[in-house]
Amino acid sequence: MLHFFLLLEKEYKLELRRKSVISGLALYLFCTVFISYLVFRLRENLISPLVWSALFWIIILFTVVNTVAKSFIGERRGRDIYFYSMASPSTIILSKIVYNFILCTLLSVTGFLLFILFLGNPIVDKALFILILLLTSMGFASSLTLLSGVAAKANNSNILMAVLSFPVVISILLLAIKVTKNCIDDLDRSVSSHEVVILLAINCLLAAASYLLFPYIWRS
Amino acid sequence: MWWKIITVILLVYTIIGGLLFEVPRLSIVNETIRGLYFHVPMWFGMVFLFLTSTFFAIRYLRNPTMENDIFSVEFANTGVVFGLLGIFTGMIWANYTWGSPWHGDPKQNGAAITLLVYLAYFVLRGSIENEEQRARLSAAYNIFAFAAMIPLIFIIPRLQDSMHPGSGGNPGFNMYDLDSRMRMVFYPACIGWISLGGWIATLRIRMKIANEKITEWEDEKNR
Repeated sequence: MLHFFLLLEKEYKLELRRKSVISGLALYLFCTVFISYLVFRLRENLISPLVWSALFWIIILFTVVNTVAKSFIGERRGRDIYFYSMASPSTIILSKIVYNFILCTLLSVTGFLLFILFLGNPIVDKALFILILLLTSMGFASSLTLLSGVAAKANNSNILMAVLSFPVVISILLLAIKVTKNCIDDLDRSVSSHEVVILLAINCLLAAASYLLFPYIWRS
Repeated sequence: MWWKIITVILLVYTIIGGLLFEVPRLSIVNETIRGLYFHVPMWFGMVFLFLTSTFFAIRYLRNPTMENDIFSVEFANTGVVFGLLGIFTGMIWANYTWGSPWHGDPKQNGAAITLLVYLAYFVLRGSIENEEQRARLSAAYNIFAFAAMIPLIFIIPRLQDSMHPGSGGNPGFNMYDLDSRMRMVFYPACIGWISLGGWIATLRIRMKIANEKITEWEDEKNR
């Protein structure tokens, strides 16, 4: 448990030390949102709520994949050997998942704010939407962290990361898109409750799978 | 050996019975209902093959031998072929009953994504050179992808409206598309196609193991 918090703190400190990475990601998010704004500004009212939700999830997906990819791909060889000698692999993956979860939540909320600023806000049921953002961040963090560990060991890690992760996170995305539509239409919450529970279940499944599989991956 | 003979008998029976026996007349579907004997078993076969592949991936992680790895890969390979055949037979069937080959039906999309997962698995295998590492990482991805696929093929399609029978909560086999005459062919067809998948996979496994041995001998000879 102590190791877990120490590792979490180390991730946080490292992030602060190389600020260029996180500011690069924030800039990536800003640029993509801004480009969509510039494109859709050309004709008024072109952004229907459905286009909004499609744009939002595409941008969030790409930002999050890039964010989580760096958790193993960027690390230097010698350093991870040092960590592995200090802590058990399951503690390492847990700390990385929790850290990525916080980072993904931050980025998706920032993305949401940027969207409100530039592209308007069709979401009526904001509380439910924020809950969905939290749940998807959790799902992305728990699945992509492991895949980043897999991709880091291969040759063309960055392409591989995208190829490996998209089919895996699609089920999360499908559910999120469906609930987003319910949030836009301001349907009663009982309509979405089913999807929220399934999303939570998928998150638990993926997190458990990552936790169990990671000890086999890091040895090399 | 005996199960291979049974496979041949069952499949011959499926083809003859499937094309000649009587089937219920339903509007729109008409004679295309015979596609049931060839389209649906492909999915059962695919799920069986992927399940076996995942089983051997788990076994590889517990006991890393070359055999377990080869088993896992070849079952996945054959599963992809079955998945492609399932998609194509479904597209032919959909063309005549729904009006166009690709309808964006949740089950079609789910099947396409499932195939993407396994294609990604082969890309992953292609991009790692170290054999032992390749086997270990791809086994981990195999298990993980299978876990991610469970909601995709078993849960989400049931929540959405689909033109496949059995959507909206109830499982797929109800009496309006399967009467007792069709069951007489359908169940043997399922068993036959599934064991054909197993047969193809084991043949490929034997071929690959034999190949490995030949290269080993050649290495020794050259030494």
